[in-house]
Amino acid sequence: MKAPALEFHRPDTVQAALAILAEGDGAARVLAGGQSLVPMLNLRVAFAETLVDIGAIQELAAIEDAGNHVRLGASVSHARIEDGQTGDYFGGMLGHVAGNIAYRAIRNRGTIGGSLAHADPAADWPVAMIALGANVEIAGSNGSRKLPVDEFMVDVFTTALQEDEILTAICIPKASPKLRWSFQKMRKKAGAFGEAIAAAVHDPESGLCRVVAGSSAIGGPQRFTLLETALQDGDVDDDAIRDAVTRTIGSLGRYETQIHTVCLRRAIEEVRT
Amino acid sequence: MTTLSLTVNGRQVSTEIDPRLNLADFLRERLSLKGTHLGCEHGACGACTVLMDGMPIRSCITMAASCDGVEITTVEGYDDNKLMSRLRRAFREEHALQCGYCTPGMLATAYDIVSRLDRADENEIRAALAGCVCRCTGYRGIVRAIERCIAEKNA
Ligand SMILES: Cc1cc2nc3c(=O)[nH]c(=O)nc-3n(C[C@H](O)[C@H](O)[C@H](O)COP(=O)(O)OP(=O)(O)OC[C@H]3O[C@@H](n4cnc5c(N)ncnc54)[C@H](O)[C@@H]3O)c2cc1C
Ligand code: FES
Ligand code: FES
Repeated sequence: MKAPALEFHRPDTVQAALAILAEGDGAARVLAGGQSLVPMLNLRVAFAETLVDIGAIQELAAIEDAGNHVRLGASVSHARIEDGQTGDYFGGMLGHVAGNIAYRAIRNRGTIGGSLAHADPAADWPVAMIALGANVEIAGSNGSRKLPVDEFMVDVFTTALQEDEILTAICIPKASPKLRWSFQKMRKKAGAFGEAIAAAVHDPESGLCRVVAGSSAIGGPQRFTLLETALQDGDVDDDAIRDAVTRTIGSLGRYETQIHTVCLRRAIEEVRT
Repeated sequence: MTTLSLTVNGRQVSTEIDPRLNLADFLRERLSLKGTHLGCEHGACGACTVLMDGMPIRSCITMAASCDGVEITTVEGYDDNKLMSRLRRAFREEHALQCGYCTPGMLATAYDIVSRLDRADENEIRAALAGCVCRCTGYRGIVRAIERCIAEKNA
């Protein structure tokens, strides 16, 4: 299992990286931590004639306290977030999510930008970032744009990124100290992808109130708006959650319905107590 | 071809490489450092784990060309590092290895666990070891060796 022949570039500015991507005309791909892309190249399920390694671009590794939000460069690793380098404006939520992704050796290389851009339906960051109302910054040869993460995540392994664009940063609006959050990941082994993931977030000060679930079974992150009102005031029991699961994502097998219902219930209960 | 300059086990290496080479193959085939083992070659088994700038990484899913300017330590390169000497002794005395296939990755991972964590119970150690597969020992000896080195660190 080796990657096929390819060209390799390691530019040190976003501009230079964009130029190589544009020249590649669709056959050039960004390489971040490589923790998803390299195995996929090896297995011949992803293709690239040219890799543009963004690991030497300093500005993409920056963590910035930008007043009302925290701005994480796309190349910030899961391990740096696990270790609290982001500062704690989210009651420990970022560290918790990061620390439960894969294994430390993978967290040292894998990046938050790579996780979002890769859009694995079972990935953790898309769920967590939608729950916290984060935005992404994208650079292209025609300038840059900003998008909420829920619009950025388009489908299974599909995002709003064009072939010649780079995800440069993730901006997370700071929560108040009153933030309550829960992140539930159902899996059979430490370090494995979740079979079901659910996040619930409520910040009475800012009004942020979101319930999000994700998994391969449900085809990636989904907001459960039906449960968001209930998170603030109503009563929610298993039947109501099961009903919301069916209404939001259609019919799933019994096992899948059950694990998503349980994850969502645990998340909602933890936030409300 | 692409140029690569890095430090491996304290030695400066500058060379031309095929850009599709991964770090594990570079270490094994180009530098003859066969102590880095390959099991799954997709990040799941941990056998290929080495230290990059002191932090464990998977050499099987790290492109060699991405390693420009870094410092790599493989199982051949710990020399008389204090913590690694203690880990080696604990692995030997606790029977933490049998065939040795997983051991280079286990030692790199154990080194990181003991350096980062000032205390960890058995469950936490097992969770931190979840990315390293051993087909021989049943893990008990490995967990005990790590527990012992964390305890020694606090003594
Ligand atoms: C054994 C194992 C277990 C794992 N378990 C989990 C888990 O439990 N939960 C989880 O969420 N993830 C898990 N992962 C995936 C891991 O989190 C990866 O780090 C992540 O999905 C990809 O990040 P990366 O930086 O390695 O990106 P890469 O692999 O380098 O890139 C992934 C894709 O995104 C594109 N890309 C990357 N960065 C950018 C950018 N800045 N702009 C534009 N495009 C970009 C690449 O072109 C590529 O298509 C696991 C991986 C492994 C190997
Ligand atoms: S060979 Fe690298 S993790 Fe298995
Ligand atoms: S000692 Fe044989 S695989 Fe671990």
